[in-house]
This record gives sequence, C-alpha cells and structure tokens, in this order.
Amino acid sequence: MSAAGEVLEFGAGVPLSEQGPAPTRVVAGFGFWLFLLSDIILFSALFAAYAVLSGASADGPTAAELFDKKHVFLETLCLLASSVTCGFGALAVVRSDSRALYLWMIATLVLGAAFLRLEASEFARMVAAGAGPSHSAFLSAFFALVGTHGLHVTLGLAWLVIMLLQAATLGFQPMVARRFFCFALFWHALDIVWIGVFTIVYLGAH
Amino acid sequence: MLGRLSLAAIPFDQPIVMVTCGTVGAVLVTVMALVTFKGWWPYLWREWITSVDHKRIGVMYMILALVMLVRGFSDAIMMRSQQALAAGHAAGYLPPEHFDQIFSAHGTIMIFFVAMPFVIGLMNFALPLQLGVRDVAFPMLNSVSFWLTAAGVLLVNLSLFVGEFARTGWLAYPPLSELAYSPGVGVDYYLWSLQISGLGTLLSGINLTTTILKLRAPGMGYMRMPVFCWTALASNLLIVAAFPVLTATFGMLLLDRYCGFHFFTNDLGGNPMMYINLIWIWGHPEVYILILPCFGVFSEVVATFSGKPLFGYRSMVLATMAICVLSFMVWLHHFFTMGASAGVNGFFGIMSMVIAVPTGVKVFNWLFTLYGGRVRFTVPIYWTLGFIVTFVIGGMTGVLQAIPPADFVLHNSLFLIAHFHNVIIGGVVFGVMAGYNYWFPKAFGFKLNEPLGKAVFWCWFVGFYLAFMPLYALGLMGATRRMQHYPNVHWQPLMVVAFCGAVVIFCGIALTVVQLAVSIRRRDRHRDLTGDPWDGRTLEWSMPSPPPAWNFTHLPRVEQPDAFWAAKQAAKSSQVPERPGYSGPIHMPRNTPIGIFIAFFAFILGFALIWRIDWLAVIGLVGALAVALRQFWQTGREVEIPAEEVAAFERPTMREAA
Repeated sequence: MSAAGEVLEFGAGVPLSEQGPAPTRVVAGFGFWLFLLSDIILFSALFAAYAVLSGASADGPTAAELFDKKHVFLETLCLLASSVTCGFGALAVVRSDSRALYLWMIATLVLGAAFLRLEASEFARMVAAGAGPSHSAFLSAFFALVGTHGLHVTLGLAWLVIMLLQAATLGFQPMVARRFFCFALFWHALDIVWIGVFTIVYLGAH
Repeated sequence: MLGRLSLAAIPFDQPIVMVTCGTVGAVLVTVMALVTFKGWWPYLWREWITSVDHKRIGVMYMILALVMLVRGFSDAIMMRSQQALAAGHAAGYLPPEHFDQIFSAHGTIMIFFVAMPFVIGLMNFALPLQLGVRDVAFPMLNSVSFWLTAAGVLLVNLSLFVGEFARTGWLAYPPLSELAYSPGVGVDYYLWSLQISGLGTLLSGINLTTTILKLRAPGMGYMRMPVFCWTALASNLLIVAAFPVLTATFGMLLLDRYCGFHFFTNDLGGNPMMYINLIWIWGHPEVYILILPCFGVFSEVVATFSGKPLFGYRSMVLATMAICVLSFMVWLHHFFTMGASAGVNGFFGIMSMVIAVPTGVKVFNWLFTLYGGRVRFTVPIYWTLGFIVTFVIGGMTGVLQAIPPADFVLHNSLFLIAHFHNVIIGGVVFGVMAGYNYWFPKAFGFKLNEPLGKAVFWCWFVGFYLAFMPLYALGLMGATRRMQHYPNVHWQPLMVVAFCGAVVIFCGIALTVVQLAVSIRRRDRHRDLTGDPWDGRTLEWSMPSPPPAWNFTHLPRVEQPDAFWAAKQAAKSSQVPERPGYSGPIHMPRNTPIGIFIAFFAFILGFALIWRIDWLAVIGLVGALAVALRQFWQTGREVEIPAEEVAAFERPTMREAA
C-alpha cells in the first residue's frame, strides 16, 4: 500500500467506515465521481442560463424555427450507442481482453466522432443562416450549452485515444485499468448531460 | 505580434504605482539574490517547490496568504486614508480610476488570495494528521492545486505593473464589466486569475473531500472524527458544489467579452441580473467555505485549552451540516433590491434568519465547553474569545439585514461593509490566526512567542472595533460604499476614527512578522520536545513535532472521539498493551515538479489571453497539456523510505508520550 497506509485485516462485523483507509482503486474512483458531480454542476449553471434566456431571441430566429429534430435524433442515437460500446469496452478491461477492448473502444471512437460531425454540421448550418452565437442571448446560451457538451465529447475522444495508446504501451496494469474505469464514467456522464440537452433544448423548443 | 501589449501598458505617469513597483521589485531581487548567494535553490526545489507532502503544501499556502495579506491591507489603508481626507472640497490623493481599482483589488485579493489559501492551507496541514493517515488522497494533485493558486496570485499582482486591474468591484457585475464599459485589460486580469486559481481550488476541494470520506485511521468512524474534520468536510463539499458555478459564470462573461456573446449585455436579450444571481449562488456558499473550517479551529482550541471534551459534539456536527445545506438557500439576500416579488424576498429573508439558528447552537456549545473548564489563556484561546464576542455582533447585524425592508435602507451602504468585515475579520481572520498559533509548533517543532502573539491579538481586536464600528454608524447616516469622495463633512470625524483603526490593525500585521522573527531567533527556548505542547486531544499531537514525511509509522487505532486524549488517559492507568513497533520500509509518493510546470504554462496562457497574444496562448495551452501527458506515462511514482530511516524516527509510542 502507498501513502494511504498499511493493509489491514478486519473480521466480520467491523463497519466499513471503521476499516481504515480505502484501497487506491476505491479512492481514485471516488475522487473521479466527485469531479463528475462538479462537472454536472457546471452544466447546471449553463442549463439555468439557457432556461432564462431561451425566449430572448431579440427578434431573431427562435428555437422552434431553427432546430431540426430528425438531425438531433440521429445525433442522440450515435451518442447513446457509443455509451453501450464503451460499456462493453470497460468490461473488456476487467477481463484484460485486449482484442475486445480495441474493438469496442474503436467503435466508441467512431460513434463519438459521428456525433461531433453531426453537431458541427448543425452549428455550421445555423451560423451560415445568420443565427450565430452573437445574434441574440438565446443563441449565446444555446451555443454555450451545446458547445460545452461538444467540447467535453471532443476531450473525451482525445482521452480515449490516449487510453488506447496507454493500453498498447503499458498493458493492463492497475493504473491503466483505473483510468479506463474513470473514462467510462466520464463518457456515461456526458450521455446523461446530453439527455438533458435533448429534452430541454430540442424537445422543449416550440 | 504582442496583441494589445505595449510599453504604454506600464503606468509611468502614476507615481504611487511606480514607487510600489520599484519597492516590490527591489524586495524580490534582494530575496532572489540572497537565496542564490546562500545556495538555497536546490534545497527549496527539492524540499518545497516539488514537494507533494501535504504539510509542506499547507505551509506554502499559508505563506502565500500572509504575503497577500500585506498586499490586500495596503489597498485597505489607501482607501481608509483617501476617505479620511476626501470630504467636502478636498479631493484626497487618489484619482477615481485608481481608487476604483484599489477597492476591486482589495476585495478580490482578500477573499481569493488571503482567506482561501489560509483556510485551505490549514485544512491541508491538519486533516491527514487528525485523520491518522499518511497523506491526502491525491498528493500530486495537491501540488498542482497549490501552484495554480500561486499562478492566479502572480497574474493578479502583475496587473499592478503591467496594464490595470478591474474597476468593477470584487464581483465584476455586468453590464459594467462588459466590453462596452470596461474595454481595458482590467476585467480580463480579474477573470483569468480567478479562473486559474478557481480550478486549483476545485481540485483541492475534490482532493480533501475524498481524503476525509475515504482515508481515515482504522476505527475512525464518522462520529469519531475531530470536529475540525467535520467542518472541513462541509467546507470542501461546498467547494465541489459551488466553484463550478463560478467557473461557468465567469466563462459566460468571458464569452461575452471575447466572442461577442450576449449573456449579460443590455442589448439583444442579455440579462445582467442573471449574472448577479449566478455569482451569488457561488458567493454565498463561499463565505461558509471560509468560516466553517474556522469554526472547526475554534472547536479544537476551546476543547483543548478548557481540558474538556467539546460540549455537544453531535449537535456541533449536525449544526455544521445544516449550515452546509442551508448556505445554498439564501443567495438572494445579497440583492433584495433587485425587485423580486415580496414572496421571493420573504422566503430568502426567512431562510437567512434560519441559518442563524445552527450558528447559535455552535456559539452555545463553545460557551458551555468553556464553562466549568480549567481554561488556559494561551494565544489561540484569546483569538477564540475575541471571536465569540465579535462574531455575535456581526451575526446580529446580518440577521437585521436579512429583513428585506431593512435591507432596502441598508443595501450598498457602509453598514453592509461593516457587517461583512465584522464576520470575516471576527470569524475568518481570528480563526486562521488561532489555527496558525495552535498548529505552528506541530509544523516547526517550536512554539510562537506568547506575549507578542497576545499583542497581535489586541491590535487586531481593538483595531477592528475602531475601524468598523464607525462604519456601522456612517452607514445608518447614509454613507454608501466605494466612495472616492463625499460632500458631507459631518462624516469626516468618523472616517478619521476608522482610519486610526486601520493603523492599529497595521500594527497587528507588523507584530505578526515580529512575532515570527523573534520566535525563530529564540526557537531553542520554546522547543516542543514531546510533540504535545498543549496537552492536546486529537491524533496530530500523538506524533513528534515536526512529524516525519510519512506522518504515522503505524496507523493509530481509534476507539472514540478525542482519540489521543483517551489513549493518554488509558496509559495513565496502564491499561494499554504495548503495540509492536513497525520496522519495515514505507512507500510514499515521489516529489514531482509537475505542479509548478503546469502552473507556469497556465500563467503564460492567462497572460496571453489577457493581452490577446494568440501565439503565446497556444504555447501556454500546448505546454500545459504536454506536461500533463508526460505525467500520464510516468510509472513508479512512489519512493521507498528505507526501514532504517523509519526506525530512526520511531518515537515513544502514545503510551510513553503520556
């Protein structure tokens, strides 16, 4: 054991809270959970801003005029499917099965990239139609919220590439497995945020 | 090439700034020269700058805070002297645009770079020791957090010499802080320095929360934790929950300023009031982030120096967690005058009054701990008694302002200024000073000078009342905050009294430095050889002072609150079986320069974005990412401390120490 302290043996009946320092695996996972919670709070501030400003279209285009729900449905399918493949990839890490890992994680990568491609085309279409972020407070809030999610997905993909390189160079040592676990948590959290975006921003537009 | 940066950014025409610039430069050069001449760089690099030891990082946080206290106080005394002079026809000596920067810098620095680092430093230092473990959950991240804070400090101070600081007040309300009304770099300095240091604070919050919830000595269930750990838990939970809101809010303002967004502008549907809501959703919990750990310090101090267990431990824990939750339900009381409906104002007014209830519980707990105790009047107990008296006054003026109709009269007046200085000085400053005097012998192995410590207390105590009681009166007479000049000469006498108070506080700050210097000179007379100079109750006093890098050679087993006190009592009646000593090697995280490297590139990035130097910003961003990526491939992050070195530190166990 490391900085946490010695490894201790406990009999049955000692409550978890009294069993001394938790193992590194638990500590790292818990810390990452806290980070994800803080990230979701960051999104909640952006959601709040969107809720306040969604009607402030300043005589410009409104939400109902701009969004193409079929397009967004496709985006959503890509992201949700990538969460499934990511889940299988994470299970492959547990089994130290590198072939399955590469297969599922590359599928995740492709689906994530497809999501980003669709989102970028939506943004480009809106900007070309004169509905860029500086056009109204509504559009500012929209681009900031959806763009921040997109930025997270981009960073997630970069992280995934790094993790695949780590698996290739360092193998399935505990440090790498922990990071894959954290990556999977991150990727699923982005799904949850997207469900909020889909519901509040796109389905809420009328 | 250099964006907006040119030689014109240096304020050669402002003598006050240039003299300050020269003095600070001279001091820095002297210190650097001394360190180089004495050959201390390798030592500093090895033992401090790259250290991942929570005790060292805690000490560095506190040094940073003390240095910035001097900066923040310089701003304070300039404001007080300007207001003592600029009545009626007199103009004072500070032009309005300079005065506006001073009050903005004062608030920003005192909250973000004095109070926060001091409180985080105390938590960093004391938490693992009290919890009976060897380090925090993520030691390397801890170093990154500290250096990011330091990068923020560097940026905010650079604004004094290169460019300007915000003239918007410490929370930079829009639309004033928007590009249309603040086109200069001042607001950008404000935003980027706080974004960078805010990231450090968030990481620190995650780190310490994980430490408390996942790393405790065997046997230390939640209801056996020292109260300081509980208050630190509440504080760090608030950091995790509130700081992302600050990051998002500043992010929106940055998008407005840099990319032409319209979150808070007054045209195209922007909503400035939304900024004020968002910033206070962070801002109100922030004051509890600062005060709760101080409540913890007072609890430890009161119990230790009364020689009694804390009265009402469970109610103290409950009150702490109640405040933690309630702190998110009162933010609107900062702007009752916004024009929300009577129902909304009423709700937030009542919630603000409710929060006084758990705080009242705490005050009575401290009083009842003192009652019937054999109180030893040491420096920490002086600060605690001063706090109880002062904080109760501040609390009452707070409850007064929680009444919306009263707040309509008092909003933005000097009464408000007096109120929050009353709770921040009387609560946070007194708290960190108590903690500093209390834990100093643990950190360095000798006590701070007592008579000088008491002199520091009296200066702050008397100085506070002199400086701020007049402001209550002036506020009721109609004086508003942030006045560079006022026509009503009848206010001047009280302004002069307030200035005198600031001078007395200055004596307190100067004496703090003297106390430190004298204590270091005479350290052999005040050595703490037992590790337990105060007859303490919690685990940090069970180890030598200063503790070894790995804190505990073997982790203590905890069976009740006040674990060390219980062990000492049991030892007196010889009921404790001798424990086998640990003799093997210990693994600790290896020192790493990643913290200072990442912070260096973050500083470059911030500076480049402030001055719009694109290529430099790319260097900063790529540099920070490259450092992080390199660390990602680093294996063997631990170093083994050989058994002989551990054995050399093997001290008398708890039993013998007692």
